[in-house]
Amino acid sequence: MSAPRKLPRWADLGLLPLVSLAAALLVSCGVIALLGESPVQAMRLLVSGAFGSPEAVGYTLYYATNFIFTGLAVAVAYHAGLFNIGCEGQAYIGGLGTGLVCLGLGHLSFWLVLPAAVLAGAAFGGAWALIPAWLQARRGSHIVITTIMFNFIAAALMTYLLVNVLINPGQQSPETREFAAHAWMPAAGDLPGRLGAAFATSPLNLSFVLALAAAAALWVYVWRTRWGYELRVVGQNPAAAVYAGISPGRITVVAMVVSGALAGCLGLNELMGSQHRILIDFPSGAGFVGIAVALMGRNHPVGIVLAAVLFGALYQGGSQLTFDLPRINRDMVVVIQGLVILSCGALENLFRAPLARLFGRVDSK
Amino acid sequence: METYTIIVLLLAATIRVAAPLLLAALAGLFSERSGVIALGLEGMMLGAAFAAAAVSAVTGSAWLGLGAGIATAVALALLLGFACITHRGNQVVAAMAINIMVAGLGPTLALGWFNLGGQTPQLDGPGQRFMSLVWPGADAARSVPFPGLLYAELLSGHHLLVYLAAALVPLAAWVLYRTRFGLRLRAVGENPLAVDTAGIAVNRLRYQAVAISGVLCGVAGACLSTAASSGFVRDMTAGKGYLALAALIFGKWKPYPTLGACLLFAFTDALAARLQGVALPVVGVVPVQFILALPYVLTVLLLAGFVGKAVAPLALGTPYAKEK
Amino acid sequence: MSDGRPLPPALELRGIDKRFGAVHANRAISLAVARGSIHGLIGENGAGKSTVMNIVYGFHQADAGEILVQGRRVELRSPQAAIAAGIGMVHQHFMLVDNFTVLENVVLGVEDGPVLAGGLARARAALEQLGRDYGLDVPLDTVVSELSVGLQQRVEILKALHRGAEILILDEPTAVLTPQEADQLFRMLGRLRAQGKTVILVTHKLREIMAVTDRVTVMRQGAVVAEVATRDTSPRDLAEKMVGRAVLLTVEKGPARPGEVLLEVKRLAVCDDRGVPRIKGVSFALRAGEIIGLAGVAGNGQSELLEALAGIRAPSGGQILLRGTDLVGGAVDPRARRRLGLAHVPEDRLRRGVVAGFSAQANSILGYQDRAAYNRGLLADQAAILAGCERQMATYDVRPPNPRLRLTAFSGGNQQKLVIARELEADPQVLLVGQPTRGVDIGAIEFIHRQLVALRDAGKAVFLVSVELDEILGLADRILVIAGGEIVGELARADATEERLGLMMAGVKEAHA
Repeated sequence: MSAPRKLPRWADLGLLPLVSLAAALLVSCGVIALLGESPVQAMRLLVSGAFGSPEAVGYTLYYATNFIFTGLAVAVAYHAGLFNIGCEGQAYIGGLGTGLVCLGLGHLSFWLVLPAAVLAGAAFGGAWALIPAWLQARRGSHIVITTIMFNFIAAALMTYLLVNVLINPGQQSPETREFAAHAWMPAAGDLPGRLGAAFATSPLNLSFVLALAAAAALWVYVWRTRWGYELRVVGQNPAAAVYAGISPGRITVVAMVVSGALAGCLGLNELMGSQHRILIDFPSGAGFVGIAVALMGRNHPVGIVLAAVLFGALYQGGSQLTFDLPRINRDMVVVIQGLVILSCGALENLFRAPLARLFGRVDSK
Repeated sequence: METYTIIVLLLAATIRVAAPLLLAALAGLFSERSGVIALGLEGMMLGAAFAAAAVSAVTGSAWLGLGAGIATAVALALLLGFACITHRGNQVVAAMAINIMVAGLGPTLALGWFNLGGQTPQLDGPGQRFMSLVWPGADAARSVPFPGLLYAELLSGHHLLVYLAAALVPLAAWVLYRTRFGLRLRAVGENPLAVDTAGIAVNRLRYQAVAISGVLCGVAGACLSTAASSGFVRDMTAGKGYLALAALIFGKWKPYPTLGACLLFAFTDALAARLQGVALPVVGVVPVQFILALPYVLTVLLLAGFVGKAVAPLALGTPYAKEK
Repeated sequence: MSDGRPLPPALELRGIDKRFGAVHANRAISLAVARGSIHGLIGENGAGKSTVMNIVYGFHQADAGEILVQGRRVELRSPQAAIAAGIGMVHQHFMLVDNFTVLENVVLGVEDGPVLAGGLARARAALEQLGRDYGLDVPLDTVVSELSVGLQQRVEILKALHRGAEILILDEPTAVLTPQEADQLFRMLGRLRAQGKTVILVTHKLREIMAVTDRVTVMRQGAVVAEVATRDTSPRDLAEKMVGRAVLLTVEKGPARPGEVLLEVKRLAVCDDRGVPRIKGVSFALRAGEIIGLAGVAGNGQSELLEALAGIRAPSGGQILLRGTDLVGGAVDPRARRRLGLAHVPEDRLRRGVVAGFSAQANSILGYQDRAAYNRGLLADQAAILAGCERQMATYDVRPPNPRLRLTAFSGGNQQKLVIARELEADPQVLLVGQPTRGVDIGAIEFIHRQLVALRDAGKAVFLVSVELDEILGLADRILVIAGGEIVGELARADATEERLGLMMAGVKEAHA
């Protein structure tokens, strides 16, 4: 076997994801061409749809907020050596917690509702992740499989609750009544002056700031505290963790609860910020986008924020495609998302080796 | 309707639901026994469902559709192999990538080609679908409750792919336990190094395994879109690939127990459909979602070791690389 | 046979060369193995023995050189080709499928037809014949994981013979065997030789070479340094050739001044992962200012004992008292043990002692990450960690002295120095140290040995586990011998000789004098 080739750090963190992204976009352009549309025009529409107006930017950042939360969730589990595919379910259940607080306490002051909603979302999401984590730590159940199962169980549970329990009486669609206005997240449109006016019609809200704060907090936690150190030791070498007196089982539980809590914050943006009620399948795949975002962002908060904005742009720009190109719709964005996961995650080695050869840096060991 | 008739119809529905599930679970069996995680069943099945319906709609032949479905699923399986076997990428990531990509690609292509909002056209022409095969005398026998109704509903009246799925179980068991290929397959999922030192190419064996899993997923997908229903609609697998994986785990990676798990899971599905809004004695109305969630709950309980113990192939999920 | 011309060697290597990246594993290896002989290949760990044999088995390809089997040049591009050329190999780690039966394992790869039934029946008959011919009885329908290690090794030998091996390579075959099992193995090798088979025995144990081989090739740092008839050499001579200079690395040290008991172990019992008892009622006391060496054949419970003392493995009975505190009853984890003054340099450095993907400075706090010196409030004190690592690197002469380098950028010796630095800088009262010089170059070995003696002279206690008798003899003040999970004897350094220890390690209990 040849010696493992090393890339310079900047290339590993910056260039490799870009090359992977380019490959994914190239294949997507092929698909667009196959459908008889112009890839150049489609890409131009994507970009202008995502960034062409303040409103578009607002939508882009609004979607990005969701993906920052779920991307961070995937990343923190990853650093502990865990693959959390269950963000979708954790976000769903977490949203239930947030939603219940908004329904129950919405008549109080917003500044009381906000912390309660954050705590409830995090607690519900964390609790939903706690069960698979505990099963992995204590009973050795494969967490990838159990978290997938928990996505389906969450979906069934939420359908039941929305159809049979929480539904707004006298209404057909399975959703709750609207939250009282005190439980609405302040929107960017409420900002004073020109800025507020520019974002007036977009759903961008305070959650975006909360998501950025979560990213910063996660960075400090993982790289600047002894607990984050222990998390990473377990992720990279569980045997060394045991040697050092760190319990891998305990770290598994902690990491998954943090992960589930982050995913559980999705409801802040989606429910408090935009929908103002709990409704069926509101995470709509954001949990899975989190996988792509974490991979693309190299599991680093800065990378995740950038990748989340990119995916937010794809989602927002994708809706623009639907209006302007009759043969393409938002599903194209899902294709790009899958291709990004493939090229950034699974096919990483495919791009790494040629890049390393290009740099000609063969590590001496 | 009397209880007996209800039960027979319930069992007949179980068989219909179980067929694609079983095909996918057997696909997973070959993949996982070789050491490659079968999370990609969902995507391969969905891709095949789209391809089968699309080709059948265009050519008017369900058989050509089946061929296209198989070709598509095998291509996806080989893509998975390229990422996970050749380039030793993370199997879970690669499988999720394929699942997500296909979830978008199916409706995208359908919209581009048929312009029906992400669906394929209804397959109602002659030969575009695999229709139910009515066995000789089945209609006449129906009037005799026993064994006539059993014959008419359980044995007769299914489409070809249902019978194919049933026949594949003993075939899979035979291949796995009684052939050279099966011996090597089981070995490579447990200890690829031992297989390599025995002079057998590990990667080729794994490629063969994922290709077989592609073929079976292809049949499963065609079963969904050109037999069980008449055309492709967005997200029509609706988690059946994951459910098949759960059945495989519940069946402890063995063909006959996996068949049992598929039937059990399909039964919960059929039961849920039948119990919708029906008040039962003692318990009253059972929420249909609880019944639908049952397979997932059972699988979690199994994985937790609360109902039996599932021991996965030892090398499952680990890419093979010669060490220094 | 009688035409007067000498037969070609069963196996001949000419100028085999192999690099793994920057590591030159084999340098122009040439050797010839006579037909019907047992040929020893000896060298220290890392001398390149396994690499050259993996090349012969087609598992790796040489960069240069040629291989001749029975006088004919062969291209061994895969194990398949080697098997076809009549070469069989018993690897150090068995290549068996644990949940297969013996029969299934043997036929894997030589199934004789696409359907199993016929091939299995024919293989069964052939194996029963082989069993009779060589005295290799193995229950064919038993699942391999239920067999003892010795029997599993027999399965490996059967596998090779069933594939028609004329040349059988055994890589460190006794590493996992009890002395009795090893003797059985050697008798079996004798029978193979009597039947005209050629055996290559790869080992680093002199005793085995002297006991069974006809000729021996000595390797050092990837090259062949000598090839001699076994009867013309001596263990001392071989050892010097292996190491490249006069052996018995004597470490300069004065007499020990044992003080109070720091670590006391009473009737300790430990089981392995499968629940098999590996330590059966071990008791000893370790005093301040002394080094106890634990000698024994690998796999006799040393690892389990060390892990139990370090808190990695829970004992099933007995007591461990560290300066009077019972570590067993209170279930004291490794972190708490470190706070009580117990440090641990683990046997398997890369698997357990470090995180390969971390930098040197991140590794320098492993196990001590929650010390006040490394933290400021809730945050880790990056400056303090960096300074600490720089200090450790300077004191222990780690090269290159760059705390930000990834651990894998350091050589084995420097990695080990980093681990020892970390554990010693914590100023422990008791140091547990396993195989401190495994995979470490000679220069670093001497440095590490001096550090251990210095620690003892500073009034601390050292518990040394090593399979290298030289190391035990060079460092220990008292020697405990372990065999089959029991302490079978204790010797003062002055009373210990290699021969006496060897006998005790083989499980021969001495009447206590």
